[in-house]
Amino acid sequence: MKNTDVSELKKIANELRQSVIKMVYQAQSGHPGGSLSAAEIVTALYFREMNIDPQNPKWEDRDRFVLSKGHACPIQYAALAKRGYFDESELSTLRKEGSILQGHPDMKKTPGIDISTGSLGLGFPSATGMAIAAKRDGKDYRVFVVLGDGECQEGIVWEGAQVANKYQLDNLVIFVDNNNLQIDGTCDEVMPNIDLGKKFAAFGFEVYEINGNDMEQVVDVLDRIAEKRDSGKPKCIFADTVKGQGVSYMENQCDWHGKAPNTELYEQAMRELGGTL
Amino acid sequence: MDTKKIATRDAFGEEIIAQGLANPNIYVIDADIGKSCKTTNFMKQLPEQHLNVGIAEQSAVAVAAGLATTGKIPFVVTYAVFGSLRACEVMRQEACYPNLNVKIACSHGGVTPANDGASHQAIEDMGVYRTIPNMTVIMPADYYSAKKLVAEVANTYGPTYIRFTRDAIPVIYDEDTEFEIGKAKMIQDGKDVAIIANGDTVRLAIEAAKVLADEGISTRVLDMHTIKPLDEEAVTAAVNDIGKIITVEDHNILNGLGSAVCEVTAELGKGIVKRVGIQDQFGESAPYERLLAKNGITVEDIVNHAKSMQ
Repeated sequence: MKNTDVSELKKIANELRQSVIKMVYQAQSGHPGGSLSAAEIVTALYFREMNIDPQNPKWEDRDRFVLSKGHACPIQYAALAKRGYFDESELSTLRKEGSILQGHPDMKKTPGIDISTGSLGLGFPSATGMAIAAKRDGKDYRVFVVLGDGECQEGIVWEGAQVANKYQLDNLVIFVDNNNLQIDGTCDEVMPNIDLGKKFAAFGFEVYEINGNDMEQVVDVLDRIAEKRDSGKPKCIFADTVKGQGVSYMENQCDWHGKAPNTELYEQAMRELGGTL
Repeated sequence: MDTKKIATRDAFGEEIIAQGLANPNIYVIDADIGKSCKTTNFMKQLPEQHLNVGIAEQSAVAVAAGLATTGKIPFVVTYAVFGSLRACEVMRQEACYPNLNVKIACSHGGVTPANDGASHQAIEDMGVYRTIPNMTVIMPADYYSAKKLVAEVANTYGPTYIRFTRDAIPVIYDEDTEFEIGKAKMIQDGKDVAIIANGDTVRLAIEAAKVLADEGISTRVLDMHTIKPLDEEAVTAAVNDIGKIITVEDHNILNGLGSAVCEVTAELGKGIVKRVGIQDQFGESAPYERLLAKNGITVEDIVNHAKSMQ
């Protein structure tokens, strides 16, 4: 997939956004805001960067993806379906009884989920365990993580950062989806994150700051990071994003963290994204 | 009974090396207190299978979960109070829910860290973990059973909590006795009362049975090293054969061995149970035997309960 061009990736990101809106609308439940902010990141990873095999989701040499902000799973489910891990018709079962698509990622139920998440803070340190295993086993797979900025208020995030530094996990790449919104308000209001990028730098990460909703920048930073594969340092891509990106009434609105649109708003969102109803 | 005394944390430290040598997937994750939890030799002999994440028990469990997704069998090693309560939610979310092969092996179970005081005495740990689906919860009664059960844990798939004593306790079994997770060990049979104990209190049950024998009371003694999955067959047999049961544990009487046994007897609708254990109260810095005595966990107390049941 390494040669997927940026215009194609942009098109896919838009399709995944439509899937997110449709899935959350059909479920009348779920988290659209943080799914949309991560669309470019997830698209670039699944459709260009990661070395994965949808026909063999447990392939032991695959790159791993850990959605530490597990509530944003609709965007991951959309990517997995489009990549062929399961049939796209499954997307309409999100959050329904018996579905393979749980409200938060479940590695036992969904092909392509590398570890169950949902409790904020826990995915990232778990990913360090996967990265350590790669080093100890002499394997060259990488582990990609998406963290929320609000999530970084969890103390265990910094325990995970210590581990990444100590064990020189240069095979670990974390994205901070920095949309500055959480449930009760902006991060600045609820609990200021101060300067997250500097914090990760202080914990020994190579930090790259980008606009995480600009596909050119996401692709470019991944290319730059790939060149520094053996630097001995974990990588942090500090990605400024807009929560709800792509749907006008959701953008920068913390109320759309975990809410489903009604029919009228669903139709508006799909029109804005150029999708079919 | 052999009169020599060894702490079960020493048994863990020895057996985990044997397991690690036999299987390169066995990992130890320390959280700074490896010296105290007896993993120093593992670290020296098997550095490629060892991690130390510092004073950070939560990430120790998360790292273990990540390792387990790749087929490793990680043992997170710390003190019982931290390995259970501090790490509990991580264990629940990242190991139990996805049913990953993560083990938590803890020294300082119950009031055995006696003079450390209440902050270090784990009296709720087994109960907390007993409540989480997919968990197995174990406390061995002596050095030899600890070694056997550590081997069983290493070779049995699933998230598991196993706790050990800080202090030396008497050796009860001989080297060749076999143990199976979830299967009670009958130390002696009897017909008048059944004492079901685990961990460091099994020795008290054995001593009480001797005293009772002198008074003409015949005692069945069961070592219920695994409280989850509980050997319900052994409890049911004790109810049907004897009907009078005393549970003994170095743990709160709430949600530990005593509670587990009562759940079985209540559903059977017969049998009486007296729970001997920590009386839902915090400890203090004091000698181990004094802490047990303050909670009525003594040979004399057990004997008196047995007699009053006759």
